[in-house]
Amino acid sequence: MADLLSVRDLKIEATSYPPGERPRTVTLVEGVSFDVEKGKVLGLIGESGAGKSTIGLTALAYGRGGVRITGGEVRLNGEDLLKLSPGGIRKVRGAKVCYVAQSAAAAFNPAHRLGEQVIEAALRHGVMTRAEAEERALYLFRVLGLPNPETFGQRYPHQVSGGQLQRAMTAMALCPNPELIVFDEPTTALDVTTQIDVLAAIKHAIEETGTAAIYITHDLAVVAQITDDILVLRHGKMVEYGSVQQIIEAPQAEYTRALVNVRGTRSEEAVDQSDTLLQVENITANYSNGFTVLHDVSLHLPKGQTLAIVGESGSGKSTLARVITGLLPPREGTISFDGKPLPKALKKRSNDELRRIQMIYQMADTAMNPRQTVREIIGRPLTFYYGLRGKEKSARVNELLDQIEMGGQFADRYPAELSGGQKQRVAIARALAARPELILCDEPTSALDPLVAEGILKLLLKLQEETHVSYMFITHDIAIVRAIADSVAVMHRGRVVRFGPKSKALSPPFDDYTDLLLKSVPEMEIGWLERVLKTRRMESAGN
Amino acid sequence: MNLRSIPLSAWIGMAGIAFALICALFAPLIAPYGEAQIVGSVWEPAGGTFLLGTDNLGRDLFSRLIFGARTTIFVALAATVLSFSLGMLLSFTAAVTGGLIDQTFSRFNDLMMAIPTLIFALVVLAVLPQQLWILILVMAVLDSTRVYRIGRAVALDVAVMEFVEAARLRGEGTGWIIFREILPNTLSPLLAEFGLRFAFSILFLSTLSFLGLGIQPPAADWGGMVKDNKDGIIFGISAALIPGGAIAGLAICVNLVVDWLMKRTSSLKGGRGDG
Repeated sequence: MADLLSVRDLKIEATSYPPGERPRTVTLVEGVSFDVEKGKVLGLIGESGAGKSTIGLTALAYGRGGVRITGGEVRLNGEDLLKLSPGGIRKVRGAKVCYVAQSAAAAFNPAHRLGEQVIEAALRHGVMTRAEAEERALYLFRVLGLPNPETFGQRYPHQVSGGQLQRAMTAMALCPNPELIVFDEPTTALDVTTQIDVLAAIKHAIEETGTAAIYITHDLAVVAQITDDILVLRHGKMVEYGSVQQIIEAPQAEYTRALVNVRGTRSEEAVDQSDTLLQVENITANYSNGFTVLHDVSLHLPKGQTLAIVGESGSGKSTLARVITGLLPPREGTISFDGKPLPKALKKRSNDELRRIQMIYQMADTAMNPRQTVREIIGRPLTFYYGLRGKEKSARVNELLDQIEMGGQFADRYPAELSGGQKQRVAIARALAARPELILCDEPTSALDPLVAEGILKLLLKLQEETHVSYMFITHDIAIVRAIADSVAVMHRGRVVRFGPKSKALSPPFDDYTDLLLKSVPEMEIGWLERVLKTRRMESAGN
Repeated sequence: MNLRSIPLSAWIGMAGIAFALICALFAPLIAPYGEAQIVGSVWEPAGGTFLLGTDNLGRDLFSRLIFGARTTIFVALAATVLSFSLGMLLSFTAAVTGGLIDQTFSRFNDLMMAIPTLIFALVVLAVLPQQLWILILVMAVLDSTRVYRIGRAVALDVAVMEFVEAARLRGEGTGWIIFREILPNTLSPLLAEFGLRFAFSILFLSTLSFLGLGIQPPAADWGGMVKDNKDGIIFGISAALIPGGAIAGLAICVNLVVDWLMKRTSSLKGGRGDG
């Protein structure tokens, strides 16, 4: 048999405990079959809840948190892992099949040096002697492009960056010379500019060592760079299974087509950008510990248009939003809104000034009080700013729910009873209820699945057309900028390195950072990774 | 709220509390004898003329238990409610405003906690006139330091959530933020604490009674009754265990109800229902 791993007709179940009801058995995965050949990489792709991680972990015959594998077979080199004794499985895990988790920071023990943790599995399984293992770790650190490979193992997890930690974890998985590695969203938590380096390192290491891999992600563009085959999953069932070429270039299933085209939205920018609503001039801001986060930031936003703020984490883009809302009064500089200067501190602003600027958060879960129903959440700004009560308020709540394409039947639900996308829609409705002139959107789509995120973006564009509200849209995703922005500000280390209308800001000649940022966004194209690595000018800094 | 969704344990708890409350409210009607009336000889056995026997002075134990429910429940409940109102108000204000107010409140609270509760209570109660409302107030103030600690801790966790920030950005006042945004999200741990504190209040009250600074004789309270009859244990007389059992029973009933309330409120969050 040529296949290293062969999964047939997999069925996975779990028991759910809904509050106030009897426990019931839910089927998470059903009828999934796939093969991984020696030295090949299979991509598992799907939205959250599709069962990707659950399926990936069955390669280690492991069910997380009460998940049970109840049917089918998982054969590694012809041997059914599901029939092995616990002792037999232990010999496979960490020796023949290894696992790389999404959050390397949480997966490493902070009290031990990296080197020790990297070689631990190899020693524990008796695959190699300590000297051999250390030599292999050194080799892997080199292959993965880690800085100072000779001394890297001496460091503790907190002493290296997130990207380096993720690569160290890859080294840990590769160290015992396994036959198969399961990568569970290894780059999702990283910045775009870091992601590309880690991706390249992982790809290089897989090629170099000839290990087979299962690569789990929700980002089709990422998976296209690294895998040979792709399995598309939805609701625990197979949607499509084929080679990368076929999935990207000729997707059969409608769901796959939607995934491939998800980043296709492009909007035309507004021609007239003169009627300024928000003017930010020479803002310098620091935290109470004296650390300066924003240096001399100036930008402006025309009425009824969208300004996208792009940058990686730590670039100060969210801080800029906090300065504009008044939560963090700036040390220097002025903010004017609709021609009038805005008081710096939140407490000094009038309710009307507050009403005109609303905010949408990244995590809709934490942005809404879990003890209030949708009606209370949306209704409060109506009462607070407009004094609406009773029937009037109820009518307006329903109107807002219709505007966000949800409808009145959701009014009496609690946030916990809504899906991620619906929660974000309710958060948008809450902002709209104040009839604001500016909505600050702090990465409102980055915690959502691609198709849901696209729905939110379309909704935002539709609402802008209806209400002529302006958006300041904070994001790290260039694709979103292309989809919705009229003007763009690129931020790097607390400074605006580029600002202007979209067409101008996103076309050459580029400064080095914008070049790096633009080239770091994975594109739905095979061979993109190699092409980009050859052409970029600047190394990403905090990799 | 659906009556059927209330679990059996909560029904038992509510029945127990209702029973104690009925005893307390209608004490003169239910009790066969008066509160301080000497009706028999010392420590008569249970059964016969007296349902639960008599106490160390020959008073009917059953009647005293019923009258004792009045003082015990009233004082413990009033002290606990008062201490929670005070502790939560101060701790939430501290957590929401932060800065100087938080520091002042918290350091003052530390100062209060540094003095042993019992000694503090003894000194204060010895100086002040012996009246019921003063007793309640002293117990409440002393207990509120514990409530303050836990209240501030849970409120701080909630105060940094984005929905509180959203409320601030809307321009909401401190009152709205405390009572509408933070309080509903901190109810679960505070309710659990309430059940525990109520039981502690009963015990604290009996300690004070034991030292002569709590409920003054001849008025009956459960803690005081344990003290009165404790010597009987040496002679194999179980009179002290009966009021002790009443205290334990009431504390368990309160906690059964609180457990159910906690489960109900935490399931709203979509959190673990069985937590």
